Amino acid sequence: MVMFTLRRFLQLIPVFIGATLLVYFLVFATPGDPIAALSGGKPMAPAVEAALRAQYNLDQPFWVQYGLYLKNLVTLNLGQTFSGQEVSAVIARAYPVTARLAIMALAFEAIFGIFFGVIAGLRKGKLFDSTVLVASLIVIAVPTFVLGFVLQLVVGVQLGWARPTVSGAAPWNELILPALVLGLVSLAYVIRLTRASISENMNADYVRTATAKGLSRRRVVVVHILRNSLIPVVTFLGADLGALMGGAIVTEGIFNVPGVGNLLYQAILKGESATVVAVVSLLVIVFVVANLVVDLLYAWLDPRIRYV
Amino acid sequence: MSENLTPETGPAQPVAPAARQGKTSSRVIEHFVAPLEETPLAAVDKVDDTAAPLSLWADAWRNLRKQPLFIISALLIVLVVVVAVFPQWFASVDPTSCDLANSAEGARSGHPLGFTLQGCDVYSRMIYGTRASLMVGVFTTIGVLIIGGTMGALAGYYGGWLDAILARLGDIFFALPLILGAIVINQLPAFRDNRSVWTVVVALVLFGWPQIARITRGAVLENRNSDFVTASKALGLSRFSALLRHVIPNSLAPIIVVASISLGTFIVAEATLSFLGLGLPQSIMSWGNDISAAQPQVRNNPGVLLWPALALSITVLSFIMLGDALRDALDPKARKR
Repeated sequence: MVMFTLRRFLQLIPVFIGATLLVYFLVFATPGDPIAALSGGKPMAPAVEAALRAQYNLDQPFWVQYGLYLKNLVTLNLGQTFSGQEVSAVIARAYPVTARLAIMALAFEAIFGIFFGVIAGLRKGKLFDSTVLVASLIVIAVPTFVLGFVLQLVVGVQLGWARPTVSGAAPWNELILPALVLGLVSLAYVIRLTRASISENMNADYVRTATAKGLSRRRVVVVHILRNSLIPVVTFLGADLGALMGGAIVTEGIFNVPGVGNLLYQAILKGESATVVAVVSLLVIVFVVANLVVDLLYAWLDPRIRYV
Repeated sequence: MSENLTPETGPAQPVAPAARQGKTSSRVIEHFVAPLEETPLAAVDKVDDTAAPLSLWADAWRNLRKQPLFIISALLIVLVVVVAVFPQWFASVDPTSCDLANSAEGARSGHPLGFTLQGCDVYSRMIYGTRASLMVGVFTTIGVLIIGGTMGALAGYYGGWLDAILARLGDIFFALPLILGAIVINQLPAFRDNRSVWTVVVALVLFGWPQIARITRGAVLENRNSDFVTASKALGLSRFSALLRHVIPNSLAPIIVVASISLGTFIVAEATLSFLGLGLPQSIMSWGNDISAAQPQVRNNPGVLLWPALALSITVLSFIMLGDALRDALDPKARKR
């Protein structure tokens, strides 16, 4: 188990380096000279310009810049934005907001997705099942930003049940609506996955045995069928945590949430390479760690799975 | 199946032995016999066992023809394609002849869905926007199939170090969400200055291929050690020809299913990019651009936003439904018995 975790952890390193290098390269290749932009396009004293370039390592070749960046990353020195703020401080301000948002969205997906999926799977072909299936298809087909605008308009503006936009502190209760929008598409996938998995396992021999032993229906469903059906669902949820963080760009834009997605979008438009790479690296770390946790969860869900 | 065998009155009743001993009991004894599916002999004789067995595709086609899900989605897709190719058949108003005098006006005769803020006909723009959105979806899917399919097939078939490298490469691209990657790509100088359908397609292909690669790899892995591959090699086919002529055709089913569903998600991705101002240029009419342009007015004039969104959603829905129908038809194990 320990060895497995260690080996999986080592496998993460090339993925992490590759992904950050990819993003670093893409951001590095972005047009526009941020140093020239600092002076508003007016000519700058050559000495000042050279000093600024040296300060941000912009005078070095690409590989050296990337190497220096990785070195700083390991020591958690993420560099400064071009307006002189510490990138780590900027991220530390925005990150908890997005983390709250993503956790709420994930909880929403997991609870409602598995609940509806189990009921639909147990009643395959019945009215409830068909309704849930059609509803989930519609949710998948409608773009998130359209869902966001419609919910913002109906729930936030017309009904007045929630604030249409989020305030600076972004407390939990104001994030309910954005989290709902963020998690809705994945919720549809979780429902469909759970339903398929449950209806496949329903006819398994061990279910018949459990019923024949005289176990209550509730116990058969919750302990036997559900536990055996959860593996694909947990895999999806793990991979989805990373996608949620990325998907937050759109949702945070609509609801004006001061989180990582907003930060990233602004940074990309402004060519703030330090911020972009730092945020994306963070997202990649979340993604790979979530997948590692999922791998370890398999053993708990299905004791037949052993790690050697 | 199993329900038919389950006694309805509980398992405690004595069954056949009592009857065999010849004792006539006053109790009604229930006999539990599995239902016999009787096929009249004439029907058995009718089956032509000398005919060639149906291939997977012919069998799937037989199944599909009877599925309402498939018929509806196929008709919708045909309609969308026809609209994309011949928009002038469906809308008589020029979508680019906008008159500010009509700004944000409601529906009237000849203009069934009203006008945008710029005074353009909403219905006409919806019809003419089909082409760009569908093109992005179709070409991205083709690109993803070529790159992801090749990578996945090579990785799965040859295995070893090639598989290890391609798998890590896929992981790297997979770790970056599709939209995030596409946003970063679209900021590159070559992309930002020459925005078109193609730049969006390239950006989406670059971050969309790992999914198809994974599916292809899995499907090829399943088939590469099959008897028919060994047989074809024994007959003198080279290893690579065996991949092309036998392994890939037999691995196509899951790939087609995922490709159909991805086509829908790529259309959504294009709309999302255009919404963020990083997708198609304003000069190209697309649903994403129209939704994005209607967004500031959503509280006063929601129809302008909702109609292109509806067209987009129905298109995406039909591709997802097609994928679902294909999945059922191409996987005989999952088919309803």
